[in-house]
Amino acid sequence: MTAIVWQRRRATAGATWREFASQRSGLVGLVGLAVIGVLAVLAPFVTDQSGLDVTRLTASPWEPPSSSNWLGTDHNGRSVLLLTWWGTRISLVVGLAATVLSVLIGTVVGITAAHFGGWVSAVLMRFTDFFLVLPSLVLAIALSTVLPRGLGTIVLAIGVTSWPATARLVRAQTLAVEARPFIERARALGGGHGHVIGRHVLPAVLPLVFVNTTLTVASAIVAESTLSFLGLGDPTRVSWGSLLHAANMHGAVSQRAWWFLIPPGLGVVCVVLAFTLCGRALETVLNPRLKGER
Amino acid sequence: MIRHLAGKVGGALVSLLFVVALGFLLFRVIPGDPVVAMTRGRPVTGDQLAELRARLGVDKPLDEQFVDYLTAALRGDFGTSYVYSRPVMELIGERMWPTILLTGTATVLAVVLGLWLGIRGAWRRGSRSDRISTGAALAQWAMPTFWLGMLLSLATGDLFPSGGMRYPDTPPDFLSQALDVAHHMVLPCLTMIAVVYAQYLLVMRSSLLEEMHADYLTTARAKGLRDDLVRRRHAVPNALLPTVTLVFLHLGLVVSGAITVETVFSWPGLGLLTYEALTGPDLPLLQGTFVVLAGAVITMNVFADLLYRVLDPRVRAS
Repeated sequence: MTAIVWQRRRATAGATWREFASQRSGLVGLVGLAVIGVLAVLAPFVTDQSGLDVTRLTASPWEPPSSSNWLGTDHNGRSVLLLTWWGTRISLVVGLAATVLSVLIGTVVGITAAHFGGWVSAVLMRFTDFFLVLPSLVLAIALSTVLPRGLGTIVLAIGVTSWPATARLVRAQTLAVEARPFIERARALGGGHGHVIGRHVLPAVLPLVFVNTTLTVASAIVAESTLSFLGLGDPTRVSWGSLLHAANMHGAVSQRAWWFLIPPGLGVVCVVLAFTLCGRALETVLNPRLKGER
Repeated sequence: MIRHLAGKVGGALVSLLFVVALGFLLFRVIPGDPVVAMTRGRPVTGDQLAELRARLGVDKPLDEQFVDYLTAALRGDFGTSYVYSRPVMELIGERMWPTILLTGTATVLAVVLGLWLGIRGAWRRGSRSDRISTGAALAQWAMPTFWLGMLLSLATGDLFPSGGMRYPDTPPDFLSQALDVAHHMVLPCLTMIAVVYAQYLLVMRSSLLEEMHADYLTTARAKGLRDDLVRRRHAVPNALLPTVTLVFLHLGLVVSGAITVETVFSWPGLGLLTYEALTGPDLPLLQGTFVVLAGAVITMNVFADLLYRVLDPRVRAS
């Protein structure tokens, strides 16, 4: 890489950032994400993990919010604030890991289908369409029921069911890029499949994939909370979904324990909204078709 | 037209066959020997195990099992539920109607509400009511369905029943039964509407926005048509087309919604049956609900495609 290339890239990145920063909703989302991320990372350092252990409790069950327990206690007497705080970690980790898996499958399938064309494309797209119409929650439930319970299973179940939309998007973008003359030039100069995909197609497709990723994280986190709510999560760890599962199982609604119900759900809503706001702002910046719209 | 129809229906049949095969892979191949799971923690002799395997048909090689499974599935036989000890298809047949009642009512109301708000929003783009309704739709989209359900149930207190479909002591005449079911359906229905309508609103709004700068609207205005006539007669019918397909394509979302909403409100439909099956786990039952729910969504998608061709003359001609 020559210096001039890097200079140009820095200039593009700067322009992209300035355009992103000019959208208030995107900035709000980004700040929200930063705050939530810092809280999740700091949890083991600023809070006492022993409060999650049901055998070492000082408070009684179903205590409403008070000065000692700001958000009250759950059916065991654990602090809801502490549980929700720790739940952030699992919800974020599962959401991000599932998204990485989903985007990876989607990108590979999409680029392969568009680049090689012919029967490869026909088979892959038929496969994608099949998964696209399959109700993803139903498939995710089936997968996480038959596989052993754990974080890996839930990541796999969400990742394997949420990639088709990405695959279609990547395929469309790859087709658009490959129709342009510089790809023909690269081929004429002797560039193989690896070179064309790696040096020309991927850099052009990645911005769109990145936008898609931020939007996928949002739905992956909702999917995680739904699966955990149905009792399919990792039973040894606290996540927002598993908290709501416990709340439902132990009758938090009939106990009128609003302090146990509201915080975990609010956590999901905040993270999902933050990712969605970021994603929509990025989309406006990186997708030239949308400029001036909305 | 006939060729297209045959192609679509053929494709859907292949997809349905895929679903059935996926059911075999998920519930017979991945979990391993069901007999081990069924007899875990009980003293059983080798003979008993062999007999149980022979009765369930799992002593044969996998390919033979697959053929057996496929022929049974084509006859609509998905085996016997472990928990209920009744044929899976009988259970599904019973639980289907409450789900159709709930999701049907909720979808119709959500479509009407979503389209109406979407049209209003797009026509007065950027106005305060547009910003509020779009923002509210986004916020509701971010909410997990089941959480919203629990909040609604918490907020309304004793106003509505907390679960089930009818009280056991309601008089058996039609009117009081219907009123009782309607009373039980208010909260689950509201929850489903709140989660689903946002999609319709956003789709309708953006497809109407795409029509806003079309030349034919300028022509219509130049003719001197009133603003609401331009909207009703010219813009909306064109913008409605993509929305109609999306209503059907989002049925997967409705199915997901049904599973969580029915779990929260103990509504005795297919969603609750799925939940009961996964807590067991009752694999034959879960297999049955998996195939039926996935099959229903695939079938509805074919309908959406055909409907689109009937509605849109441009697609019909090509």
